[in-house]
Amino acid sequence: MGSTNSTLSKIPNVEELMQETGFTPAHIVRLYDRFEALDKEKTGHLRPQDFGAINRLAMNPIGDRIIGAFFSPGQETVDFHSFVRILAHFRPADKKRPKDPSMPEPVNSRTSKLKYPPLVFSLISVAFQLYDQDKDGKISRAELLQVLRSMLEMQVTEEQLESIADRTIQEADLDKDDAISFEEFRKSLEKVNIDHKMSIRFLR
Amino acid sequence: MPALWRSTFVLVMVLLAISRPSLASEATGNGTEHTITTLPIVIWKWEEIHFPYLVALWVLVSWLCKLVFQLNPCLTRVIPESGLLICIGWVLGGIIYGADKVQTFRLQPFTFFFYLLPQIVLDAGYSMPNKLFFGNLGAILVYAVIGTCWNAATLGLALWGCWLGGAMGNIDTGLLQLLLFGSLIAAVDPVAVIAVFEEVHVNEVLYILVFGESLLNDGVTVVLFNVFDAFVSLGGAQIDAVEIIKGIISFFVVAVGGSLVGVVFALLISLLTRCTKNIQIIEPGFIFVLGYLSYLTAEMLSLSAILSCTFCGVCCQKYINANMDERSVSTVRSTMKVFANGSETIIFVFLGISAIDPSIWVWNTAFILLTLLFIFVFRFIGVFLLTWILNQYRLVPLDFIDQLVMGYGGLRGAVAYGLVLLLDENKYKEKKLMISTTLIVVYFTVMLQGITMKPLVTWLKVKRAAVSERTLAEKIQNRTFDHMLVAIEDISGQIGDNYMRDKWNNFEEKWLYWLLMTPIARKSCDPIFNIFHKLNIKDATSYVKEGERRGSLAFVRNENKADVDFNKKFGADFSEMMPYIMTENMGPDHVPVSSILRDSVPSVCLDMHEQDLKMRESEDFDAHHLLQQHLYKGRKQHRHRYSRKQLEVNKDEHEVQEIFQRTMRSRLESFKSAKMGVAPPKKISKHLKKDQPQKMPNGKSTDNSKSHAYGDEDFEFSEGDSASGYEAAGGSFPMRAYRGAGIVNPAFMAEMDTMDPMPPMQQIPSWLAETEVDSSNMVPSQRAQLRLPWTPSNLRRLAPLCLSTHSNDSFLLADSPATQEGISELPPPPPPQDGQGQGTHK
Repeated sequence: MGSTNSTLSKIPNVEELMQETGFTPAHIVRLYDRFEALDKEKTGHLRPQDFGAINRLAMNPIGDRIIGAFFSPGQETVDFHSFVRILAHFRPADKKRPKDPSMPEPVNSRTSKLKYPPLVFSLISVAFQLYDQDKDGKISRAELLQVLRSMLEMQVTEEQLESIADRTIQEADLDKDDAISFEEFRKSLEKVNIDHKMSIRFLR
Repeated sequence: MPALWRSTFVLVMVLLAISRPSLASEATGNGTEHTITTLPIVIWKWEEIHFPYLVALWVLVSWLCKLVFQLNPCLTRVIPESGLLICIGWVLGGIIYGADKVQTFRLQPFTFFFYLLPQIVLDAGYSMPNKLFFGNLGAILVYAVIGTCWNAATLGLALWGCWLGGAMGNIDTGLLQLLLFGSLIAAVDPVAVIAVFEEVHVNEVLYILVFGESLLNDGVTVVLFNVFDAFVSLGGAQIDAVEIIKGIISFFVVAVGGSLVGVVFALLISLLTRCTKNIQIIEPGFIFVLGYLSYLTAEMLSLSAILSCTFCGVCCQKYINANMDERSVSTVRSTMKVFANGSETIIFVFLGISAIDPSIWVWNTAFILLTLLFIFVFRFIGVFLLTWILNQYRLVPLDFIDQLVMGYGGLRGAVAYGLVLLLDENKYKEKKLMISTTLIVVYFTVMLQGITMKPLVTWLKVKRAAVSERTLAEKIQNRTFDHMLVAIEDISGQIGDNYMRDKWNNFEEKWLYWLLMTPIARKSCDPIFNIFHKLNIKDATSYVKEGERRGSLAFVRNENKADVDFNKKFGADFSEMMPYIMTENMGPDHVPVSSILRDSVPSVCLDMHEQDLKMRESEDFDAHHLLQQHLYKGRKQHRHRYSRKQLEVNKDEHEVQEIFQRTMRSRLESFKSAKMGVAPPKKISKHLKKDQPQKMPNGKSTDNSKSHAYGDEDFEFSEGDSASGYEAAGGSFPMRAYRGAGIVNPAFMAEMDTMDPMPPMQQIPSWLAETEVDSSNMVPSQRAQLRLPWTPSNLRRLAPLCLSTHSNDSFLLADSPATQEGISELPPPPPPQDGQGQGTHK
């Protein structure tokens, strides 16, 4: 497709990006269009406000946290490459892809999701960072409570919320420090099939 | 093995008992009309009752068969139960045939479709894992609709080809008849599939695909059956494009219409359960009657009854489980299982019995073997083909092994047999051949494939169902993941499954909950909350079990704490007081109004007791109270009342009150002593000093003074509170009165103390100050202070939940000291008149 090629040529290092993320050119073009659409001021970077402009995202109880996950610490903007890299975590794992040890491992392969920290953005650590707002490597009770509060809406009273938070921490907390470390977090999710659960069908 | 033979012998005797009189009665039928000459003391009335009697006996016999197998676990491990039941059906059939020389008992289509099948289908729908089902609905529909059509068409055509080629010898049939045969035998049978797959624990996606397919393809089968039946009646010449198009339209009408009928009935049931809280005893009955009516209504409209019943179950489960009382829910669940399992057993036994009848057997080797072969082969081809197409679109593709098991799991069963019996022998000259072929196919698939299924699954290393302990962390994380996926879809501009699911959830929360759920159920229907609640109950149960294993719940008194081997230690201490709340109202996911009423006694009492305990700290002595509190009332007062409306046996509040009071006291005592490391305080205390001022603000008279039993006072207050269950506003006055009087729960105070490194008394808020004197002797022991991380500070917070809707006041009270512990995000200490207690009553 002509338009595909012309869009692709606009993106710097597109080959490398596709290699790294496993997206097909069609995916990249789609995402690039989306990126352009979000980037209203055509700066080539997205700011948190740009994400905030997505209406449905505003309704999401943890939307702002998810937006936050796109920005590495200290940075105010995200460029197309990081944008795609983060989205690549949610691409369904491709089993047919030949395992070539010389190639850099695709971001979303299973091993990268479980080893810590194989890449900057493994899927679990994305989830972990949603909770860990102060980036101290631990989910404290207060942080968990905040997430719970936003997710449970008004259905539960504050005491119940607190006891749920306590209980959750006790379940996961192996070293009894009243906080969930990344390792504990990962352990608590061992039974969840993250690959299946956290995959989104990107249009082909 | 001897057990097996013994039971078989019993069965045989029972059976002979049944079959003998049936013959005898025919012979002596005329004799019963004699005019009587004298007053008979007893008369033989077999004729009048023989029908219901036989039905009941057959049910009994079938169930006894099942019992026999369960005595031999080694047998059921190898052969699936369904196969064994068929075998015993053969044996029973042989006995009957031997006795009567004619097969008197047979599975009648009418009995099967109207009395045996509905409950199985309803149960399947009701216990369907909804999320999984709707998540895979697309794939299930593809298998159910296209797969079944494929099976029917290919089988019919292939048999026709062979027939044309002369492979079957001289049988009187034709393309349409063979297509009809293909369509009736094409459908995978829900009964057989459930029976086999329940024993093999394959992974949930595979299970739901096979199971869902078997349920939904009935619509297809019935339509195909009707269409081809009509075509055969019309004759080949009459069939033109219009008729075929009509057939296709009728397919959609029957399938979609049937589902819609089911959904309508599901709405009806849900609406009904909104207002049945006053007739809890027959509440479960509504579910069954309406479920059955959904089946009958669909059948009446010649729509797909099975689809109707399935969707009725699937759609209503969430709402009725939320609306109904917990006890009714478990009644529905277990009754549903009794019916479904029972009729499944009967079906298989009768499938076996029906075979022992020479009059139905027509043997045509080619036809039977070819049918078997084609069914087997085309099932596999169909599954592979469809899965290949589906895998192009599926997020998580089905792997080869799953496909193999799916193909192999194509069991045929009683539905096919029921349908084939419906055929009209005048139109279908080869009806008997079809019946025998169907039976052979059923036996082959149920027995052979059923037996080999388990080894196959093991051998192929099919992904088994993960036995996952649902933890709170997991649940919360799942919720987070859902939100994340929706957000990522939004960000990347996709409209995918998650988007749709999110939309649906919003719609459901906004409208359906409002429409179909009672306000109380609505409040507590959050899954995270539910699982939390369930975990709490589990802890409490395991705590009680542990306690009983050790002989008494007082084991906490043991100095050596280390041997309390709970996997979740924190459960141990806190649930000290939980069992009592819990056992009163075991497992209320959603606490409905009625149970609040019923359980309000204990929950309020708890407060009284804490208070009571507190006062016992003082050294005063009151003989009157000593007697009142420690003497049981005579057992004579224990009245068993029979009531059809209520399950409760003993409603005598005084007595319940007193028993509860006593147990609770000793419990709290041991709890406290264990915690504090001190000896249990003296049992006797002075109450009156505080009793009177407490009652004042409440407006209650102070004149129920010394002469009143303490238990009576409890009763009085609990009455007040139970009333508050309804009139939410004025509800918690009695409790507040106590709080105002500054009564604290010493147990909870103790907890606070143990976890607080600071000297305990400094943390007591000013409004509790007057209790300082009382609690000052509760200095935490060394041991108690050591157990910081996992104990009470956290557990204390479980308390409001377990009582959630009953009465939070006591626990608010208990909680409030916690605010002094420096946990920043806690709300400020609730003022004595905070609105939260009232809020939970609404």
